[in-house]
Amino acid sequence: MAEKPIEPIHQFQIHDYVPFGDIGGAHFAFTNSALLMVITVLVVSGILLIPTAAQRLVPTRGQLIAEQLFGFVRDMVESTAGHDAMKFFPLVFTLFTFILVSNWLGMLPYSFTVASHIIVTACLAVLVFLIVVIYGFARNGLKFFKLFVPSGIPWFIIWLVVPIEIISFLSRPVSHSLRLWGNMLAGHIVLKVFGGMVVGLASVGALGAVAAILPLGMAVALTGLEVLVGGLQAFVFAVLTCVYLHDAIHPGH
Amino acid sequence: MEPAAAKLIGAGIACIGMGGAGVGVGVIFGNYLSGALRNPAAAASQFSNLIFGFAVTEALGIFSLVIAFLLLYAV
Repeated sequence: MAEKPIEPIHQFQIHDYVPFGDIGGAHFAFTNSALLMVITVLVVSGILLIPTAAQRLVPTRGQLIAEQLFGFVRDMVESTAGHDAMKFFPLVFTLFTFILVSNWLGMLPYSFTVASHIIVTACLAVLVFLIVVIYGFARNGLKFFKLFVPSGIPWFIIWLVVPIEIISFLSRPVSHSLRLWGNMLAGHIVLKVFGGMVVGLASVGALGAVAAILPLGMAVALTGLEVLVGGLQAFVFAVLTCVYLHDAIHPGH
Repeated sequence: MEPAAAKLIGAGIACIGMGGAGVGVGVIFGNYLSGALRNPAAAASQFSNLIFGFAVTEALGIFSLVIAFLLLYAV
């Protein structure tokens, strides 16, 4: 047994760096989560702004990365949400780059994964949900309710379909936020569980140290998988945002 | 039975639900692959549909994971 018990949950603890005190019963502080968010914004801004400051006809490597990222998200918005949704391109691009970079920064040792706390992902998902509802009503008026009545359905099935559609619409922010949070949380816990196995086996003796190579290899492979999952979940979050925006713009199926 | 033991068993049972999500994700990617091999030209245009189906299916597995975490740490 190791002297300190290995807790896979320990990595998600929030530490106060600069406490601001309690305001109205709520605790305010600049935490490690907030620090990682600030670093994420700085990294994204640096990647996008510095290489593109002097725009060249033949792009440098940095400018090429920024242009590829821009074009990738633009094509995604245009193909998934339609041309009318391009006014929401800045929103989708911001969400995608923020989640992508914060997930990948969270993979660094001694770092912190911002998306491993449900309050962060829930705020992002509720933001998207409110934009969809408000913009849907502002653009379509009461025709937005056509979203719940798929066309081409016989009248005797409608009374069954409409409640299902309403429930599925209302559960969108829940699944939208839980997906990102659950993936990041579960992936990081699995990494730490395998890391704990390495430490536990190595403390047994020489034979245990040899056997510890197996979980170590597993942890290395899972680290690669986590980098993939972090990128994939950022993409999934952005694609689902586009799908929901498409519903707000074209509510009739 | 001790409540702590029941909690751990419940968390384990909740994780069975992930098997269903695993089957669903396998069906989605398998069908995409077989469709893509039949008509590779149309494969790229369906990639976002693939990811959308994957995300919706995977959410159900995440739900059972959330129930397991709630039982372990929140109850």
